[in-house]
Amino acid sequence: MSDNSRRDFLFKGLLASASLVGCAEKKNPFDSEENFQLTGEKVKLLSVTGEVIEIDKAYLKPVPDMPPISNEEERRGIPGKKFVMVIDLARCKNLKKCQSACNHMHQLHPGQSWIKVLSMEDSDHTAPYWQPTTCMHCDEPPCVKVCPVDATFKRQDGIVLIDSDRCIGCRFCMAACPYSTRVFNWEEPILTEEVAQKHYSCESSMPQKKGTVGKCDFCPDMTRQGELPHCVSSCPNGVFLFGDMNEDSVTNGAETFRFSELIKDKAGYRLMEDLGTKPSVYYLPPVNRNFPFEEGLENARPETTE
Amino acid sequence: MENSNELSDSIITQNLLPKKFGKRGMLWTSILVAICILGMYAYYRQLRYGLVVTNMRDYVSWGIYISNFVFFVAISLVGSLITAIFRLINVEWSTPLTRIAEIIAVSAITFASIIIVVDMGRPERFMNLFLHGRIQSPIMWDVIVIGTYFFISLLLLYIPLLPDLKILLQQKDKNPNWLNKLYSLLGSFWIGSRLQIALSNRAIQILCILIIPVAFCIHTVTSWLFATTYRPGWDSTNFGAYFISGAFLVGSGGVVVAMYIFRRYYQLEKYITEQHFEKMGKIVVLLCLIYLYFNVNEYLVPAFKMKKAEEKHLNELFTGDFSTMFWFAVIIGMIIPIITLIFKKGRKPFPMFIIGSMIVVGAWFKRYLIVTPTLLNPFLPMQDIPESYKHYFPSWEEWAIAMGSLAGVLLFITFFARIFPIIPIQETITEENAKHK
Repeated sequence: MSDNSRRDFLFKGLLASASLVGCAEKKNPFDSEENFQLTGEKVKLLSVTGEVIEIDKAYLKPVPDMPPISNEEERRGIPGKKFVMVIDLARCKNLKKCQSACNHMHQLHPGQSWIKVLSMEDSDHTAPYWQPTTCMHCDEPPCVKVCPVDATFKRQDGIVLIDSDRCIGCRFCMAACPYSTRVFNWEEPILTEEVAQKHYSCESSMPQKKGTVGKCDFCPDMTRQGELPHCVSSCPNGVFLFGDMNEDSVTNGAETFRFSELIKDKAGYRLMEDLGTKPSVYYLPPVNRNFPFEEGLENARPETTE
Repeated sequence: MENSNELSDSIITQNLLPKKFGKRGMLWTSILVAICILGMYAYYRQLRYGLVVTNMRDYVSWGIYISNFVFFVAISLVGSLITAIFRLINVEWSTPLTRIAEIIAVSAITFASIIIVVDMGRPERFMNLFLHGRIQSPIMWDVIVIGTYFFISLLLLYIPLLPDLKILLQQKDKNPNWLNKLYSLLGSFWIGSRLQIALSNRAIQILCILIIPVAFCIHTVTSWLFATTYRPGWDSTNFGAYFISGAFLVGSGGVVVAMYIFRRYYQLEKYITEQHFEKMGKIVVLLCLIYLYFNVNEYLVPAFKMKKAEEKHLNELFTGDFSTMFWFAVIIGMIIPIITLIFKKGRKPFPMFIIGSMIVVGAWFKRYLIVTPTLLNPFLPMQDIPESYKHYFPSWEEWAIAMGSLAGVLLFITFFARIFPIIPIQETITEENAKHK
């Protein structure tokens, strides 16, 4: 028995150190209230110190789903970063791969999307172009100003996020956003079972919650892993360039540019500069286009072409 | 009160005591209760299935709940006008109207708070406003000033009621038992001593001064829910004054309607006289003209410039999808009232009742026009979305809830008039006696 409890102690201690650091443990790891029925079947495991250890199979249980980082950290953002996106309109032909990847990864409600590819024509005699529109992650975000409960907030890395656990669903932010980027969960979201059981995280914006607002989040869960947002990696034409303004570089996965030079050389601009919202999304004008505008028409919803 | 010089204290009391519902009263009340129940059923459906039961979608994210909210806040402002402003500038003829105005104010502001909770996607998180509240949001300002206004209005309703409660308690044998209990609970401490009267007069004086800035705040802040955004039609520095002038107008219209109904139903011709209608008529026409002035500023100045973002919105109002409603609201809610009320004949009770109703109905649609068309004209084109997102017409649940809340306000007022004297008895007696001295 003493042998058993010693092993118990060792193993649980190991589990505790191997489990995610910084999470509030609900249970005391040394508390052996659960009764294990030993199976006699042993399993070999590699400990964190590199030793091969052997334990009874009965001790194996899935690590409970824990939020990888605390809500406080999610609200603070990734230190030292200032995320920026450049959308090259010369490369877009309305393939909407960005949209479908985003919708799929965030399990958005059918018909709703966080990225819209708009058919734009600035005036009667100017050339039409396709404009993918995400959240602008403004440095002076009108949505954050009006939120009564701090459910939408600006992080130090420049990202504007929503905490769906706090949102009261007043939709003032939707009225305040001049880019109409926000969507609302009008009904119970349709989620896969796996996602529905997950802990909510502001960074992944998953699982969506009924009665709260959602929008493009710049995929901070991906950036934290050093990967690109889904729209960037899914675009075959490299329209989206994502990066860090502090490093002065943006990339679409295949090509990397110096952000300041790219904006200078190609005369980058931001949407509705006159409103003073200071977006973090820059556009490169649709000049020397890779595709004619008409090629995108086949992908447009019928009403877009009216 | 020139045509009622023979009124003794006891006759006044007899005339003004609350009366039991007659047949019409019962019918009226049951219709209102039925509408309220339908509204509650619709809200149950909304709680169960989510806001999807409304026809609001991502573009029109605010609908008739919000316009109804603005309407209620607007109409509640009349309490401050008739009770406070008139009292401070010594308008003596307003005495019989004060309680009508104040109960309209209290019930409207109550239902304004209810309807705003109905509009929330997560009403169960209401406490977040206090747990995580941020003072920079205009919604927080609204919570603060509406809360303050509610309590001041409640006190302005309650304190002048105290002497009347004493009168009611003197007639114990005539009231059902539960009413006597209610009266003594509310006012048994009132003996009408000189000290109490002095205290209550002082309190009313202070509240009357306090309520004016708070009243201006509630509607200015409500207008800022819109004016603090960038959207064409809302992005206006004119909005605060425009909303307040409209609010005084609709509230006065509401008071005129209530005056007429109470006068007829309770035979109060001796107390709410033609003179009252005459004087209210002059006030309403003045308020109409002020509101028209702000409307000219609000629509014609941007229409002169026709900035790109405003152009679509204004065209939709003047000649497009919303033009019928727009011109209806302008003509019914302002033009016809002005033309009618500048003539003495138009200020007789019945025409005033019709005009008052027109003003209230016009004002309701005006609030709808302030909220919805703007949301259908965003800066970036509405594309890449389901067809249903591009239009808005309220669903039956929204109508049921909105109408239920309107019925709720009326029910509140009806019950109040059943329980308490709708015209202040003690004040009327005091004024009568003062006149004969």
